[in-house]
Amino acid sequence: MTAPAIARGAAGRAVDTTRPRRRRTSLRRRLTIAAFIAPSVLGLVIFFAYPLLASIYYSFTNFNLVSAPQWIGLRNYTYLFTEDPLIVTATLNTLWFVAILVPVRIVTAMGVAGLLARAKRASGFWRTLFYLPALVPPVASVVAFVFLFNPGTGPVNQVLAFFGIKGPLWFNDPAWSKPSLLLLGVWVMGDLMIIFLASLLDVPADQYEAASLDGANGLQKLRYVTYPNLIPVLVFAVITGVIAALQYFTEAAVASSVASGQATVGGSAAQVIGYPSDSLLTYTQWLYERGFANFQLGYASAMAVVLFVVAGLFLVLLLGRVKAFTPEGAR
Amino acid sequence: MITRFTRRLAVTAAVAVGALALAGCSGQSSDQSVASEAPSHLSGTVSLWHFFTDREAKVVQSVVDDFEKKYPDVKVVVHSGQDDDKLTKAIAAGKDIDVGISYSTDIVGSFCSSGAFRDLTPYIKRDKIDLSQFPETVRSYTEFDGKRCTMPMLADTYGLYYNKDILKKFGYTEPPKTLSQLESMALKMTTYNADGSIKTLGFNPFMGWAENAAAHYGPAAGAQWLTADGKSAVGTSPGWPELMNWQKGFVDKIGYDKLNAFSSGLGQEFSSNYAFQTGQVAMVLDGEWRTAFIKSQKPGMDYGTAPFPTADDHTDLFGGGYITGNIAGIAKGSKNPELAWALLKYLTTDTSAVVKLANGLRNVPTTQDALTSPDLSLGDTFTTFLNVMKSPHSDTTPPSPVGAGYQQTFNDFWTKFQSGKGGDLKAGLKNVDKQINDAISPLDGAVR
Repeated sequence: MTAPAIARGAAGRAVDTTRPRRRRTSLRRRLTIAAFIAPSVLGLVIFFAYPLLASIYYSFTNFNLVSAPQWIGLRNYTYLFTEDPLIVTATLNTLWFVAILVPVRIVTAMGVAGLLARAKRASGFWRTLFYLPALVPPVASVVAFVFLFNPGTGPVNQVLAFFGIKGPLWFNDPAWSKPSLLLLGVWVMGDLMIIFLASLLDVPADQYEAASLDGANGLQKLRYVTYPNLIPVLVFAVITGVIAALQYFTEAAVASSVASGQATVGGSAAQVIGYPSDSLLTYTQWLYERGFANFQLGYASAMAVVLFVVAGLFLVLLLGRVKAFTPEGAR
Repeated sequence: MITRFTRRLAVTAAVAVGALALAGCSGQSSDQSVASEAPSHLSGTVSLWHFFTDREAKVVQSVVDDFEKKYPDVKVVVHSGQDDDKLTKAIAAGKDIDVGISYSTDIVGSFCSSGAFRDLTPYIKRDKIDLSQFPETVRSYTEFDGKRCTMPMLADTYGLYYNKDILKKFGYTEPPKTLSQLESMALKMTTYNADGSIKTLGFNPFMGWAENAAAHYGPAAGAQWLTADGKSAVGTSPGWPELMNWQKGFVDKIGYDKLNAFSSGLGQEFSSNYAFQTGQVAMVLDGEWRTAFIKSQKPGMDYGTAPFPTADDHTDLFGGGYITGNIAGIAKGSKNPELAWALLKYLTTDTSAVVKLANGLRNVPTTQDALTSPDLSLGDTFTTFLNVMKSPHSDTTPPSPVGAGYQQTFNDFWTKFQSGKGGDLKAGLKNVDKQINDAISPLDGAVR
C-alpha cells in the first residue's frame, strides 16, 4: 500500500534505499520539535492545566486547605449565585472597572499616541515622559496617589483649595474611590500608548496620500485609513484590558489599605478590604478574602472557576466578532 | 488517528488523575500517639515558625537561645517573618514545621477544626500542666469546640489612652469611666477651624478608624458574638445595639461628613504621625503595644492609660477590656512532636521565658506567675493593661472555623450604619446573624 505512494512521491528514485533514512530523519525531527516544545508543555501542564483541574475539583468540595476536602456537589455554586451577601457588590465594582477603566484607558492612550505621532520637536522627550509612569510598580504608584489625594494633607486638595475649590475625599469617599483609581489607571497608560504609537507610525503614508487625493478630510482619514490599521492593536488592548480589569486586585487592595489609615499587620478584626464602604471590593479581593482569611478554599475555587468562564466568554465573544487576527482580516 | 472518543478518554483520564492527585495532597494523617512519660533526655532538631521580624525576632531568638542552653542537645531552627497565610500553606503542603506561632486568635478555630495544629490534651495531661495559670479568657481563645490545640504566648489587651496635657487644658484630671462621660468630655475637647471643619477631636468615634472595631468595643457593654452552640449572637445580644446607638449618636453630633473628612486626613496608625501622638485626637481606644510605639516615636509625650469606659448601665464591667493574643501550636506534620512540645511548653509556661518575652515584645504576659513577677519591667502606663488582663470582665472574640470572617461581616454593617445607610438596626443585625451563620455553619448550612 505504501510503496506505490512513496514511489509516486519520489518519482524515479530507488524506493527501498530512501525509506529507512527518511523515517529516521523524520523521527529525529519530531523528537527535536518535541524537545523544544517540552518545557512549554510541561509548564502549561504544571502551572495551568493542573491548577485549573484542581480548582474545578475543589469548587465542588468543602475544603479548608489543611484537612481533606469533602464533596458537597453544587453547594458552593448555589451559594455563590443566590446567597453570598457581597458577591453582587464585588461583581458590580469589577464590572465598573471593565466598563469604565478599560475604554477610558484605551481612548486616552490612543489620543496621546495620536498627538505624539505628530510631535516633531523633542518627540523622544515627550514619549519618555508619557511612558515613565508605566515603569512605576503598581503598589508604589497607588501609595503615592493616595498620599497625593489625601483630603486633609495631600497637595491635590491644597491646590484645589488655593483656587477656591473644595476637593472631594477621593479614596475615602465611596463615590470618589473608583474614579480616583481611574485617574491612576490613566496616569499609567504608557504601556498601551507605546503600542498604539508603534501601530500609528506603521500606517503606510501612501494610504493617507491616496485618501487626500480622493478628497478625504481629517475625520474621513481617521475613519477609513487610521482606524482599519489600528484594529488588531485595538482588539489586543480590549482583550487584555478586559481580562486585567476582571482580575483587578492590587491597586484596589492597596488603596483601601493605605487610605483607611490602618495597617493589616496583625490581622485583627480591623480589616480594610473594600474600604470605603465596600466601594473598592472587587471580585478577586472577595475571592482572596474567602480563601485565605476565611479558609473557604472550596468556595474560593468556585469563584475562580466562574471568573475563568466569564473571562473565557469575553475572549471568545471578542475574538469571534473581530476578524482582525485572522489571515483574511489582516489582509 | 485520534478519534473523538480517545480524546474524550484522555481528558477524562487527565481529570481523574488530577482529582486523585489532589485528594492525595490533602488529609495526611498525623501520628497522635504520645509516650506515657516525658522523655528524660531531649535531643535532636526542632523547627519554630513565627511571624516576628527585626527587633521582635531578636527577642524571640534570645529566648530560643535560653532554651537551647537548657537543652544542649537540642537545636532549634527558627523561621521568622512567617505570617498566617504562609503558615497555613506550609502546613497544608506538609512542610517540616514543628512549632508554629500565629499573631491571631482568629486562626484557632480553623486550625483546631482542620487538624492543622495537634490536640495538646495528651501532653498537658501527661505533664500535669496547670491550665488555671492562664486567665479564663485566654483559655477560651486557645481552644475550639472542646479541643485544645494551642497555647497562649503573650496577649494584647485594650484600654483608653488619654493625653494628659489636653485633658488638663479643658479642666479634666481624670479619664472618663462611662461612655456618656467619654462623649461629653470629648465633645468639649473638640475644636473647629474657621470654616467649620474639625481641628482637633476629643475622641474619634468613627468606626473603622485606627482600632475602632466592633470586637474592641464589645466588652464595654458585655456584648456577645456567638451563642453556646456556635451560632451568631450579634442580633440577640443587647450590648450591640446599645453600643451602636451610642456610637452613631456621637458621630451624628459632630457630623458624619466632618468626621470622615477629618479622619481621612490623619496619619497612618503605625506611623509617627498617628493622631494621638500628634495631639489631634485627645483620647483613643488602643492596645497595650501603643506604649512601645509612643516610647520610640514620641518619647516625651505626657499620657495616661485607663480601662476603656463602659456603657452607662454596665458600670459593673469597668476594669475589663478586649483581650486577644499570640497563640502557638504543634503542626500536624511535626516529625519531632516531643521536642516541639518541650519548646512550646517552655515558650508558654516557663515564667522566666514568658517574662523575658513580655519585657522584650512589650506585650501582656499570659500566665499568673509572669503577670505578678517582680521581673516585669513594663512601666506605669502598662499597669492598666496588666489589670485588664486580670479582670473577670475582660472578653475576647471566640474562635470560629472561618477565622475573623464573622467579625468582618459585622464591622461592614456597623460602618454602613454609622453613615446612615445601614437601614433599620434590628433588621440589619438579623441579616448579620444570617450571614455569619451561613459562613460558620457546617455542610448542611452553607459554604465553608
